[in-house]
Amino acid sequence: MERLAASYRLDYDVRARDYVSGGEVSSALRAILKQLSLPPDLVRRCCVACYEAEMNIIIHSFGGHMSIEIFPDRLEMIAQDSGPGIEDLQKAMQEGYSTASEEAREMGFGAGMGLPNIKANTDYFDIQTGKEGTTLTMKVLFLKKEGE
Amino acid sequence: MSIKVSDLLKHNFTLIAGEGGLNKDVDDVYICDLLSWVMAKAKQKSAWITIQSHVNIVAVALMADLSCIIIAEGVEAEKETIDHANEEGLPVLNYAGSSYEAAIELYHLLTT
Ligand SMILES: Nc1ncnc2c1ncn2[C@@H]1O[C@H](COP(=O)(O)OP(=O)(O)O)[C@@H](O)[C@H]1O
Ligand SMILES: [Mg+2]
Repeated sequence: MERLAASYRLDYDVRARDYVSGGEVSSALRAILKQLSLPPDLVRRCCVACYEAEMNIIIHSFGGHMSIEIFPDRLEMIAQDSGPGIEDLQKAMQEGYSTASEEAREMGFGAGMGLPNIKANTDYFDIQTGKEGTTLTMKVLFLKKEGE
Repeated sequence: MSIKVSDLLKHNFTLIAGEGGLNKDVDDVYICDLLSWVMAKAKQKSAWITIQSHVNIVAVALMADLSCIIIAEGVEAEKETIDHANEEGLPVLNYAGSSYEAAIELYHLLTT
């Protein structure tokens, strides 16, 4: 695997209900990861986690921001929005639970699989939520230690 | 057998966008209209059959590393979808029949 000389940083504002721009952040991330010739399954894990976090800001929040840093050995992403927060985090983490609008559901969003998908595709996942907003911190490791 | 997206064009699939990706391999098929479900379950290099036609399906296919999108039931793709797929070189194909019929055609292509 090619080693990264420098680290990359992406910063994007994500607007609420802006479905047409949905995937802009994840597409930019994908473009960089592909250049680094990382294994395709690793690229997919990073991109799926990023896309789900990005779409959750669009679908469920008042708007937010994504900060992404790509280091030689890992990806770190922070998805932060300004509310309204997740009412019942335990339920939200369950597969199939969704409060998505009819509009979002008609487009095929709202399967209630986004947060579970993020968890499954990342090596580290933390979620902090309250009325003032939700912050997701996600990490994907590029190089696993022996035996992992 | 290993097939390419271009092989579908000899059958009842019509290319409507993303010509640049015709050389992609197709190893598997996945049918679903729920986007997160596709990203969770579809295997890489799958042909994805759906009746969704809005622009977000292009990003979903790219993120999940799928080979092409087949829009079944003759549903027309939106202009944004076509433009985005062309930019990204992600083949989008139209199929007049049902998802089931599309899957049968693909099954024969993949197994003979
Ligand atoms: N950024 C967010 N702000 C507010 N609520 C959220 C946010 N992300 C997720 N949620 C809540 O958690 C639920 C489950 O999220 P998710 O698993 O991504 O499924 P889906 O997006 O399909 O509804 C959502 O329906 C919503 O109620
Ligand atoms: Mg979601």
